[in-house]
Amino acid sequence: MQRRVLVVYAHPDHDRSRANLRLRAAIEGLPGVTLHDLYAAYPDFFIDARREQAMLLEHEVLVFQHPMHWYGAPAIVKEWQDTVLEAGWAWGEGGDRLHGKQFMQAISAGGPPDSYRRGGKAHFTVVELLRPFEQMAHYCGMVCLPPFVTYGASIASNGELDAHAQGYRALVARIAAGELPAAFETFSSSE
Amino acid sequence: MAEHGFLHQALVYLAAGVIAVPVFKRLGLGSVLGFLVAGVAIGPWGLRLISEPETVLHFSEFGVVLLLFLVGLELNPQRLWQLRRAIFGMGGVQVAATMLAVAALGWAFGQSVTVALVAGMGFAMSSTAIALATLEEKNLLPTPGGQASFSVLLFQDLAVIPLMLALGMISPGKSGAGIDWLAAAEAIAAIVALIFAGRNLLRPVLRYIANTRLREIFLGFSLLLVLGIAALMQAAGLSMALGAFLAGVLLADSEYRHELELDIEPFKGLLLGLFFIAVGMSVDLGLLMRSPLLVLGLALGVVALKIALLYPVAKLFGYCGRADALLFALTLSQVGEFAFVLYGVAGSQQVLERATVDLLTAAVAASMLTTPLLIALYQRVIMPRLERRSERAPDAIEEHNPVIIAGFGRYGQIVSRVLRGLGIGSTVVDHDPNQIDMVRRFGSIAYYGDATRLDLLEAAGAGKAKVLVVAVDDHEAALAITRLARSHFPQLKVLARARSRSDAFEYVEMGVPAVRETFGSALDAAELALRMLGHHPHVARRMAVQFRRRDEELLVEHAPHRHDEKRLIAASQQGRGDLERLLREEAGRLRKAGEGGWR
Repeated sequence: MQRRVLVVYAHPDHDRSRANLRLRAAIEGLPGVTLHDLYAAYPDFFIDARREQAMLLEHEVLVFQHPMHWYGAPAIVKEWQDTVLEAGWAWGEGGDRLHGKQFMQAISAGGPPDSYRRGGKAHFTVVELLRPFEQMAHYCGMVCLPPFVTYGASIASNGELDAHAQGYRALVARIAAGELPAAFETFSSSE
Repeated sequence: MAEHGFLHQALVYLAAGVIAVPVFKRLGLGSVLGFLVAGVAIGPWGLRLISEPETVLHFSEFGVVLLLFLVGLELNPQRLWQLRRAIFGMGGVQVAATMLAVAALGWAFGQSVTVALVAGMGFAMSSTAIALATLEEKNLLPTPGGQASFSVLLFQDLAVIPLMLALGMISPGKSGAGIDWLAAAEAIAAIVALIFAGRNLLRPVLRYIANTRLREIFLGFSLLLVLGIAALMQAAGLSMALGAFLAGVLLADSEYRHELELDIEPFKGLLLGLFFIAVGMSVDLGLLMRSPLLVLGLALGVVALKIALLYPVAKLFGYCGRADALLFALTLSQVGEFAFVLYGVAGSQQVLERATVDLLTAAVAASMLTTPLLIALYQRVIMPRLERRSERAPDAIEEHNPVIIAGFGRYGQIVSRVLRGLGIGSTVVDHDPNQIDMVRRFGSIAYYGDATRLDLLEAAGAGKAKVLVVAVDDHEAALAITRLARSHFPQLKVLARARSRSDAFEYVEMGVPAVRETFGSALDAAELALRMLGHHPHVARRMAVQFRRRDEELLVEHAPHRHDEKRLIAASQQGRGDLERLLREEAGRLRKAGEGGWR
């Protein structure tokens, strides 16, 4: 089954990124994939809720692609959540529009994998840090897929990042083709 | 017809002005000519409704006095000091050159030296009333040409004193110069007294009067002040207008300036109108009928001669724009009302014969009629052409930048400042030489040239630049530049400036992004108004942003109907309804988020 994928992309300084630039280029133009750059669409931060909701209705998969900023998403993603995921639309009474859709995050983290653990610099695993997003998906009746994480975005070589981006492309293509199982009940083991 | 009395006269003057002025204004000839023609129509040579123009002329001269008081209020002493070169240099050269040229011509045509010289003294003067009123009406006073005109008029007012003294010396009746020295001393004493009183006494007195908080008393005092100064100056043998001007300058920095302006303004307008009517009435049509060639020839000859002398004077003193020099020359080309006085005195002192006085006076009056026509011609025909095909060759452009900005007014300047802040260079072209010179004084680099020309765009680097910002405010020129750039430089992205919604439609149709120039500031105002009404700043901004987005969508939706007014109206009404619904929804949504959503 084909699934249309909406990649909500957020990078406040896209031109100077290394990882996200490649990841984004890798999936752009894939059939069934819509790339939606939030900082480009809303340079003033004022998100058009109706337009976003209409876009969501036209896709079966929602991907948040962004760098890790302060152990979460860049600010505009939070603003997107606050304005688009309205009560009575995405959650609460009558809020069932996102039910059954899939949700995934594609995260780039500056540090290496071993900083994301107890005793490491970040002190928590990436999956732990992303719990609020996981819960957002559950609360809106969406199915949460394990995140696609790019570690060491600021220290990896260009070649490593290019190879990684091809992995991302393959993953998104498989999701769009409907090849991945509909749900991962839990994915903490996938890290 | 004096038996009809004051009521009759007032009726005739007011009716004549009210009928004639709107017509002339509509015809684009200005109110001054309207009043002059109204005067001719009701005067002794027209409908004969008024028989004694001299008394009215004398009385209404206070209009000129009030005019100069108001002009003085606009000029503080520092500003006046800045004009000193123009006043004494240009003024002196103009008066001397005109006087000598007229005298030489008169002498060459067989007049006696005395007659030729007296005629020259009168002809050298211009009409402050006509020149300033015309400039003011056409908003040309602040231009360099207007300022130069004003400076020379000021000098002429000063020159009245020595000229009258000189007339006294050449008149056959008197020969001793001793009395004249006394008069000169009196005159200087009067000016010193005026300046002293103006600096030290006027403000306390004005404050005392203002503290009564009686508007009528302040108004009465304003008039009393101006008339009093005029009387003082007249008693000292000086020009009343000059005294009023000095008083105005002394009050230019005072806190009562605006109130004085507001109070005096209507009196000035009415009296000046009356003055022009009186001048119109004193045009001796009888003499004109009897010897039209002589009167008209003399009048037009003087006007032509004055223009021929004034133009090089302006050029000599650096009012180098051809348009400004020409405006200056045309504005001052008539002979002024001082000539009436001078020739009158010369006649009574037997310096001139009665017939000569009549002839000269008729020529003076006729010359006054030409100025409004010449200025209208200048504004309609000469100025646009000079601006378009200016004599200055386009500057050689030496830099090449990623951005070209066409038009460097307030709009273009802000664009370039933002870019410059980021170290992005922009090549700036403008077609107004004054603007170029101005921004250069402030350290910006701008090139003179007409961006509607392909060769200029090429020279500015349009073949290599990335973005062309069209910032000119003339819609036709903006469209021409946009079309030119799109057809010749495909790599160049054009950003247009739309003055109005219909302009914006055209750019939508062309697919060129355009900024609507007042749209953003109007939205800012709406947003601030919402905030003043107590809306949260964030909500107010949200509304403004929503409105902007929807309105921009509507612009694109409506653009195809831009020539079909009916459909456009229908679509706009629907669009307005949509917009209202959208804003209410947005407001409701925010409330709902507060009530039903996360707390």
